Amino acid sequence: MEGENEVKLHGMWASTYSKRVELALKVKGIPYEYIEEDLRNKSPLLLQYNPVYKKVPVLVHNGKPIAESYIILEYIDETWQNGPRLLPQDPYQRAQIRFWASFIQQQLFGSFYKLISSNGEEQEKAVEEVFEKMNVLEKGMKELLPEGVPEVDGNNSGVLDILVTATFGPYKAHEEVFGLKVLDPEKYPLLFSWVQKLNEIPLVKGVLPPHDKLVALLQFMKQNGLKPSS
Amino acid sequence: MGEVNLHGEWSSPFSYRVIWALKLKAIEFEYIEEDLSNKSPLLLQYNPIYKKIPVLVHGGKPISESMIILEYIEETWPKNPLLLPSDSFERAMARFWIKFSEEKGPTIWKIFVTSGEEQEKVKNESLEILRTIEEKGLGEKKFFGGENIDLLDLAFGWMPYWLGVIEEILGLKLLEADKFPRLHAWIKNFKQVSIIKDNPPDRDRMLIHFSSLREKLLH
Repeated sequence: MEGENEVKLHGMWASTYSKRVELALKVKGIPYEYIEEDLRNKSPLLLQYNPVYKKVPVLVHNGKPIAESYIILEYIDETWQNGPRLLPQDPYQRAQIRFWASFIQQQLFGSFYKLISSNGEEQEKAVEEVFEKMNVLEKGMKELLPEGVPEVDGNNSGVLDILVTATFGPYKAHEEVFGLKVLDPEKYPLLFSWVQKLNEIPLVKGVLPPHDKLVALLQFMKQNGLKPSS
Repeated sequence: MGEVNLHGEWSSPFSYRVIWALKLKAIEFEYIEEDLSNKSPLLLQYNPIYKKIPVLVHGGKPISESMIILEYIEETWPKNPLLLPSDSFERAMARFWIKFSEEKGPTIWKIFVTSGEEQEKVKNESLEILRTIEEKGLGEKKFFGGENIDLLDLAFGWMPYWLGVIEEILGLKLLEADKFPRLHAWIKNFKQVSIIKDNPPDRDRMLIHFSSLREKLLH
């Protein structure tokens, strides 16, 4: 039936936020139309759908736009209740997941951003900050998953799997461009092994940006002092 | 279901959001006032990562980050009044504006901790933020939650009380009535809601406390 359950995603192939939504849609098995946005020349539709931030990703469900990737994830989970649940049902567990999602988003990303947009002494400080926060995340995940990372596949992925995939999945490209090993297997064994497992999933391989293409883009941005923005 | 404790602080809008939500839902709780210059060992144990208030403890299990606490309250006590829309799209919209309030709130607070040219810049940014909230966030509605207040109104609870305190101390008016008629009306209506009216923050004490804070910051 036309128009019933029409799902469109305005995204950008290298955007980690955009990838979160693609992963969620694929995990849930939701068919959607993907619209690639040129961030230097945003479509009138995008500006109409997200007038406050003018960013990707924007999910458009039956003509109604939703912006902000984490909010889109919760919307997807609540609207399509068939298939794997991206968040647990128990309110306390949901609060814990939301806490860590917020930590990755606010704390970790904040520090990554400082790292790639600073130089010299300021950058050294930023590097320390990133390692500190990775420590906190590793410890937090150990507590949240006392039996280690469960065997993940495209059928049982949750919001944290999606966030970890989108954030760390392309770690080899980041290392190559920024010359810094953030996802160090010796310092963060749980996160490292989790990312290895996630990167093996066919669904993930199909969604994450191609390595060489991503390296080329990141090199370009680095050389031109461009900052990541959606 | 378990005992409910709230670790909070008398001058914090984040603390008040939680107090208001608990009272709106008629949930019995014990309030523990924290001295932020001398945090209790319990607080540090319950929120080791951020070491901040508010922290809600339910049946011995701690939850931190005020908006996460509010969603927890709504999901754990899904009784009237409902504090989030039941329609998932409307709920996504509410969360969008909650996030906006969280992200942009600190910009407005910056007015309080800056002066001169920097303050002027932040003031202009703040006016833009308030403009967006007035036109796109609130629009024609009585409350952000529609006919009744909800989590989104609580998320903007800093505006009716804390913004006024900052304006008075700094001697500047950011939220002028003729420029922001809808927000002015909302502030009036918000303060009239009986739970809010019966549980306001201590304005006089805040004026003294924040004044001396401002003095220290400038010297």
